[in-house]
Amino acid sequence: MLLINELKKALGVALWFIFLTFPIMVIKVDPIERIIRYRWQNAAYVAIVTFTVYLVMSFLKMRKLRVTADKKEVKKSQNIIHSILNNKKQMAVLSFVILAIAIVFPQIFSTYQTNVMTTALMYVVLGLGLNIVVGMAGLLDLGFVAFYAVGAYSYALLNYHFGLGFWVVLPIGGCLAAIFGIILGFPVLRLRGDYLAIVTLGFGEIIRLILENWGEFSQGPSGISNISRPSFFGIDFSLETSIMYMYYIMVLGVIVTIFVVNRLQDSRLGRAWIALREDEIACQAMGIDKRKTKLAAFSLGAFWAGLIGVVFAAKTTFINPASFTFLESAIILSIVVLGGMGSIIGVIIGAFILILMPEYLRALSEYRMLAFGGVMVAMMVFRPQGMIANIRRTYKFEKQK
Amino acid sequence: MNNQILKVTGLTMDFGGIRALNSLDLDVNRGEIVALIGPNGAGKTTFFNCITGIYAPTEGEVYLSSPGTDTSVSLKGLKPNQVTEKGLARTFQNIRLFAKMTVLENVMIGRHCRTQAFVLGAVFRNRATRDEEQSILETSYAILEKVGLEQHVNEFAENLPYGAQRRLEVARALATEPLLLLLDEPAAGMNPQETIELEKLIKEISSEGQSILLIEHDMTLVMSLSDRIFVMDYGKKIAEGTPAEIRENPAVIKAYLGEDVDA
Repeated sequence: MLLINELKKALGVALWFIFLTFPIMVIKVDPIERIIRYRWQNAAYVAIVTFTVYLVMSFLKMRKLRVTADKKEVKKSQNIIHSILNNKKQMAVLSFVILAIAIVFPQIFSTYQTNVMTTALMYVVLGLGLNIVVGMAGLLDLGFVAFYAVGAYSYALLNYHFGLGFWVVLPIGGCLAAIFGIILGFPVLRLRGDYLAIVTLGFGEIIRLILENWGEFSQGPSGISNISRPSFFGIDFSLETSIMYMYYIMVLGVIVTIFVVNRLQDSRLGRAWIALREDEIACQAMGIDKRKTKLAAFSLGAFWAGLIGVVFAAKTTFINPASFTFLESAIILSIVVLGGMGSIIGVIIGAFILILMPEYLRALSEYRMLAFGGVMVAMMVFRPQGMIANIRRTYKFEKQK
Repeated sequence: MNNQILKVTGLTMDFGGIRALNSLDLDVNRGEIVALIGPNGAGKTTFFNCITGIYAPTEGEVYLSSPGTDTSVSLKGLKPNQVTEKGLARTFQNIRLFAKMTVLENVMIGRHCRTQAFVLGAVFRNRATRDEEQSILETSYAILEKVGLEQHVNEFAENLPYGAQRRLEVARALATEPLLLLLDEPAAGMNPQETIELEKLIKEISSEGQSILLIEHDMTLVMSLSDRIFVMDYGKKIAEGTPAEIRENPAVIKAYLGEDVDA
């Protein structure tokens, strides 16, 4: 009964769409032969497409309703990933397998694949860094790429002028970015939500414009080239080994990041961030220093971006301001939102999808932005909590018996 | 000799042209339960917001003195979190719990200003940090036991019944180890049974030596709980005294009931 009803509605929608699109899709005026052509097959396509889209949507809607109606169902579908995460044994096995794959990856696959994977890993770290700011502390930052640029340029310039190596600049780049995080943090402490987003967006653009226009400092739009690749205790590698080396550095980087972010989340500071996200006034009334807590979030997020900036400069050996546009910030933010705000595993998966998909679907690259937008809209409608919703590990108190 | 824990003198708060508080004096002695009452809009919550640093008062002084010492610190111009650190913790009229955190975590947040671990402690999780976390957990649980919420310890705050949420707010405030506990209409919206339980709880906390200043509309509760009562109207103090005195005070009756028309 329900099905027939839905089918009827879908039919109605299809007819309505044929009617609406009739003037553009069906009628075609041929000015040369002075006739009007009727392209009936187009009407059929419109009908088929709208009919199926409507049915799929109503099916999804029904399933969603059914799931929310039955809470147990939710828990079951709150899925395999969470059950694995909560099971220490399975988790250990899984992480061991992933680590093993990660280690042999460059031996099996080509240099090109390794390079692509390195990029994906970089975005994992960027996503996790932004996740501290957006996911945990709830501060919407649209200028994250600025800190990435600070890291990249600090390596490029220090290398260019003073010949400093990768390993020396790595911490310097991170710290410089963290300082910039604090510089940005101070004026925006009072802002929330949309206003904060606008100011951070502006900050990101300011950094890019400075790099573009202050030629004496940054060599302007032409960028800086010939940045040295990282060395291994003074040994320089050939291009191929170097790419592999870069890959292993990033694997290590991801592991360290996951470890640190995880620990931050389960700490006094992490609790304060969550509380700050929930209710700022109550938070202050409970003795949490809003300024210190927010600045900590900004600078820690920026720190990771700075580190990856250094890695980026070393990997590409050439940087210019065009690499640090708003689009970059948007992609990193999408990684966090798509993956699931606050969820570490979600952000990792989000980064892989958003970075690897366009890489392997190069043939469809013209439609990349279109698909991107479509996916984001669909996500917001059907799964606003992200692919892997963040189920925070809450503190449990078990009475000792 | 100094038995006063809170001393407010000449507190004035202007919002543009409106004087919400007009040169208010108030004091709380150690171990007392003091109530602040007054008709709606009299400025009671504004008073709370002024002494806890949410508003910056236009004029006046607020002093808080810790037990055992004669020195007192001025709270004027401090930020809300600094005020809490100095020993003034409050609850809110409209409940402001951290809804998506568990009951235990809510109380743990209250411990924040009495603990130290920061970024490095969080990342390296050294001995001191672990011990601190453990003590936060234990103290928080002990406080929850005190207010009778231990059976809800791992539930989300938003899922608690209304009365329990109110008590959780009290627990969270107690976790900051306040010298003086400020309760902003703790019984608002409670049913009679819950009010009785709340009264028992407040008496219990008070019997442990906790000084309390509360705003409340429920007169039965105020009369049975408080040692002294301050009455406000239109931002001014119109009376102060013991419950018995306040009950007979003509100015208070006038403020609450209005004047006789045919006088």
